[in-house]
Amino acid sequence: MSTHHAHDHHIITFDKVNKWYGNNFHVLRDINLNVARGERIVICGPSGSGKSTLIRCINRLEEHQEGHIVVDGTELTDDVRAVEKVRKEVGMVFQQFNLFPHLTVLENLTLSPMWVGKMPKKEAEERAMAQLKRVRIAEQAQKFPLQLSGGQQQRVAIARALCLKPKIMLFDEPTSALDPEMIKEVLDVMIELAKGGITMLCVTHEMGFAKAVADRVIFMDQGQIVEESNPHEFFNNPKSDRTKDFLSKILGH
Amino acid sequence: MSAVFEPIAARPAPIKTEGLVPWVRRNLFGNWQSTLTTVALVALFLYWLPGLAEWAVVKAIFRADADVCQAARGEGACWGVVAEKYRLIIFGRYPYEEQWRPEVATLLLVGLLVVSCIRNFWKPWLAAVWGVALGAFFWLMYGGALGLTVVPTDRWGGLPLTIMLASLSIVLAFPLSVLVALGRRSDMPAIRTFCVIYVELIRGVPLISVLFMASFMFPLFMPPGLTIDVLIRVLVGITLFAAAYMAEIVRGGLQAIPKGQVEAAQSLGLSYWQTQRKIVLPQALAMVVPGIMNNFISIFKDTSLVTIVSLYELTGALGLALNSDADWRPFKIEGYLFITAIYFMFCFAMSRYSLWIEKRLNVSKTR
Repeated sequence: MSTHHAHDHHIITFDKVNKWYGNNFHVLRDINLNVARGERIVICGPSGSGKSTLIRCINRLEEHQEGHIVVDGTELTDDVRAVEKVRKEVGMVFQQFNLFPHLTVLENLTLSPMWVGKMPKKEAEERAMAQLKRVRIAEQAQKFPLQLSGGQQQRVAIARALCLKPKIMLFDEPTSALDPEMIKEVLDVMIELAKGGITMLCVTHEMGFAKAVADRVIFMDQGQIVEESNPHEFFNNPKSDRTKDFLSKILGH
Repeated sequence: MSAVFEPIAARPAPIKTEGLVPWVRRNLFGNWQSTLTTVALVALFLYWLPGLAEWAVVKAIFRADADVCQAARGEGACWGVVAEKYRLIIFGRYPYEEQWRPEVATLLLVGLLVVSCIRNFWKPWLAAVWGVALGAFFWLMYGGALGLTVVPTDRWGGLPLTIMLASLSIVLAFPLSVLVALGRRSDMPAIRTFCVIYVELIRGVPLISVLFMASFMFPLFMPPGLTIDVLIRVLVGITLFAAAYMAEIVRGGLQAIPKGQVEAAQSLGLSYWQTQRKIVLPQALAMVVPGIMNNFISIFKDTSLVTIVSLYELTGALGLALNSDADWRPFKIEGYLFITAIYFMFCFAMSRYSLWIEKRLNVSKTR
């Protein structure tokens, strides 16, 4: 336990975090990162750079082997209760939506409030409907996920993650699996959410989104944070050659 | 200049593709080979049908008269054997005057099974009903209280024994198989190893040897003075045997669930057991309904093996009824057809129920 007491406004702290897959694949290397309350961060980088692994460490879908990760005052360790506490405060949206296909849209949303939050069914349903309205999909509440389009499914997934009223939202390439025509409807919802003041970490290559809402853009390569700065600096005045090279590839056409 | 996009309105297919007539035309008379096969099979069926009807109905003897049956041998079936021996076939060695007891007990158990198959009754109180009904079942069968005489378990037999062994081992083996399947995928090496050894050990031996061990070898290892009823030992044997096979079927279903489902459940804060119960098992079990039902049906028929440890269930009771009676022994085939019909009735019902379950579970997959 180290310096996080001095930085109470930091809701997430990574302190020299290292992670390996197996014995040889060093996927996160000496990660130091402080996220302020309400901060909106976009993480980009080539595939295999560790950006997904980084945000998946925040709700311990991945375990780190070295260093400390503290989320809202709770350090992530093998202690199951610490993990459960953190997961209640962190919502996550996945590239493949990961909705539960055997449950209706409404049941997908009420599951966690009812079973984790011990909320009565009626109250959970009211909350779920409010979140569905927020992502403009309330009329689909009784359908099954596979009956919806990709964009609609991802909006349901966002609403589901919001149902536990998390302090932090993690997005793992939320638009990468979508048809081009559906990306905008999901980004619109995310932009609205970002303006609401929630802490947000988003792995994405949607640079328009980064410019519109990010307070900070982080560029990763080979398990390290190569560069971080505000979007204006990042896009107009990148410092490292690796960042310049990456930006030329994704913005070049 | 920009072209105007005009969508073409949807219209019905030009030839009817659904319904009886198109189905017959497509499947039975699609080309000359299938037309020929259809005609040949219908001809064969018409050729055999009269002979079969003559043997089974027209020249058959329905009276329980051994001499008449003997005279009609080779020409007509002797259903008289069923009329004469049905009490012995259905109830085995259970005392004749007390046979109303297994009858009521079995009707109770079958009624309970039917009720348990209906979704509207899947409520917590159903477990309590099961407890009460099983208590009543064993009280009726064994007696010894409230004015019923004691009938020891070695006198139990016939259809009640078959149904009791099958339904109890199914009801016990299914949850056990789910636990073993989860155990084989556990992060804890001790649990995983234990489940692997259990499954591999049981799958490596035939059911007959499991029953032999339960019946003859197990008592040798018990401390003197302590005995467990052979019926219970056999029931445990069948349950452990069936659970090992079903565990592998369930594990197949578990493996088909994408990792993302578990991750999504974890990210929502669900615990391990909540994730399994609410997310993983409903999807995994829905996928393996045909395999599971296959196993249920096979358990039902495998109960006939308990004859070798001197428990006379339906098949055993048939042998009991006919082997020692020289007058009726020649008509064993009619007796076998009779119990075949009983087995088929139960197994076919299970098979239809499985299809119905599959259809219900597929609701979420239709667009």
